[in-house]
Amino acid sequence: MLAFDNLGIRFGGNQAVQGVTGSVTPGIITAIIGPNGAGKSTFFNLISGFYKPTSGTITFGGQDITRLPTHEVVGLGIARTFQTTTIYRELSVLENAVLGHRVRTRSGLWDALLATGRERREGRASEEAAMQALRRVGLEEQAHTLAGSLTQEAQKRVSIALALATGPQVLLLDEPAAGINPEETVNLTRTIRELAAGGLTVVLIEHKMSMVMKLADHIMVLHHGQKIAEGSPGQVSRDPAVVEAYLGGHAAPHIQAELKADLIQNAKDVVSATTTSATGGTPHA
Amino acid sequence: MTAAPARALPTGWPWLLVLLLAALAPLLVRSGYVLDVAINVMIFSIAAYGMNVMLGYAGLLPLAHAGFFGIGAYTVGLLTLKAGWSFWLAWPLGVALCAVLGLLLGLVAFRTRDDVFAIFTLGVGVIITQVINKWDALTGGNDGLNGIAAPKLLGIDFGKSLSFYYLALLSLALTIFLVARVRSSLFGRSLIAVRGGEDLARSAGINVYTHKLRVMMLSTALAGFAGGLYAVYIGFLGAAITGPTTTFTILLYLLVGGVGTLAGPLLGTLIIRVLQQSIQGLQDYQYIVFGPLLVLLVLFFPAGLAGLWEHLRGRRTASLSGRKAGKGVQDAGV
Repeated sequence: MLAFDNLGIRFGGNQAVQGVTGSVTPGIITAIIGPNGAGKSTFFNLISGFYKPTSGTITFGGQDITRLPTHEVVGLGIARTFQTTTIYRELSVLENAVLGHRVRTRSGLWDALLATGRERREGRASEEAAMQALRRVGLEEQAHTLAGSLTQEAQKRVSIALALATGPQVLLLDEPAAGINPEETVNLTRTIRELAAGGLTVVLIEHKMSMVMKLADHIMVLHHGQKIAEGSPGQVSRDPAVVEAYLGGHAAPHIQAELKADLIQNAKDVVSATTTSATGGTPHA
Repeated sequence: MTAAPARALPTGWPWLLVLLLAALAPLLVRSGYVLDVAINVMIFSIAAYGMNVMLGYAGLLPLAHAGFFGIGAYTVGLLTLKAGWSFWLAWPLGVALCAVLGLLLGLVAFRTRDDVFAIFTLGVGVIITQVINKWDALTGGNDGLNGIAAPKLLGIDFGKSLSFYYLALLSLALTIFLVARVRSSLFGRSLIAVRGGEDLARSAGINVYTHKLRVMMLSTALAGFAGGLYAVYIGFLGAAITGPTTTFTILLYLLVGGVGTLAGPLLGTLIIRVLQQSIQGLQDYQYIVFGPLLVLLVLFFPAGLAGLWEHLRGRRTASLSGRKAGKGVQDAGV
């Protein structure tokens, strides 16, 4: 499906992403984690066509998409959201989603000037697709509300709906839970789970380790632009290289503290789970 | 359906009423002077609509606008004077030429963004004026083009103010009708998306580049459409009308009327032109009146008079009169 080989990008003297090779398994939730400045968002920008890599290739369904412009990448079925909630705040929720469906429509200037049948047909189809996308994120009630007047969490959902309206196979979420409270995070986590359960392939960048550990089926860890570990949440949280990366002082102090607490807690959980089963099994052996 | 929050024509009735009143007005007010002011307002409104589709909808400030107005005007002037063409052939050709040249300019200019785009097009505008001014053999240079004949059709002589008034009114009505259609179309809504944020538009799968190219063609075509009318109405063409002063005057109409609104271009052109006529006696000092007025307007009513009107009626849709468009204008150093 979505695969990348030796992917790298250099900004001047700064090698932001370097030699990342791997692939995304369809139908599951893959998380990309790493300290601040690890190149996670840059990696997303490469996959979604915003940046052109200076080395390596990206393929999607066997097709080379390395040099494709963003709108064509979206057309092939890879949609994304941005780290800071990016939506059309001055438009209605529905209109945001309608714009997401634009990639599936062909009506241009002539269709507009002549009000062609295609224009009308595609206009209706766009609104239907938009409503469907809103239902998937639970925003159908707010369809006609001004997007900017919604809560942070709802705005996050609008950005996801916009991405869903493009009809993606792969959804890239850049820190979907940034800036929202724990309770909202739980709700959003549930929605992302539902999307994946519906067959969508989700790749997300997230700093909230508690969320990542609960949500992700698979984790890829970036550090200094390189992939240092990959595996299940349990495997990754016990990986010495990952612990070193997080505790090695590259993260901002407050995030470092949070990550450290998260990681240690998680490692404890995983360890206690495995030791319980191990000790439980030993006497019989 | 409230689906599209920014349907340009929620109902066409107010516009039909305005059109009807405008059509009846000359029968009630029998004054050549009023007709002349009205015709000028309508011609420059069309040009303002052309600028509005770029600045108001796509968020791009096209400062070569008067250049394309000039290309449309000179195409009509030259083809009717020197090649003996009919106005009714020369006019559409001028519009088409402007669209093609707009496309060519866009191919280069859209490698830049925002302020750089505005400055780039300003430069192109100056070049167009200079070429027109220096190319004596073709354009008559400083002497200009004299004696462009008014068109005739089916026995109607458009050299008469009254007939020309209806020609201009029809042209303006067509312009508003088409712009309203564009605004409410998927294409027009995508333009609003481009204005609201290019990166987000890209991630929504919108081909930003081709959308910009198409709106550029529409914009320059409308400028040429207005220019062609201007040429046969005035009957004389000089290079000055194609220069940045005209561009900024049209921009002034837009700012006053309301950038990104459907009524704005007409409203702004009407008010400024009428105001200019009434304080003509002040000559150069009229800018002492205009300057502060403009500053106050931009400060307190960034969405212009049309925006104010919508605001007062409580149904102002920010999408039609976004602050972003206003900001783009300020950045251009106007």
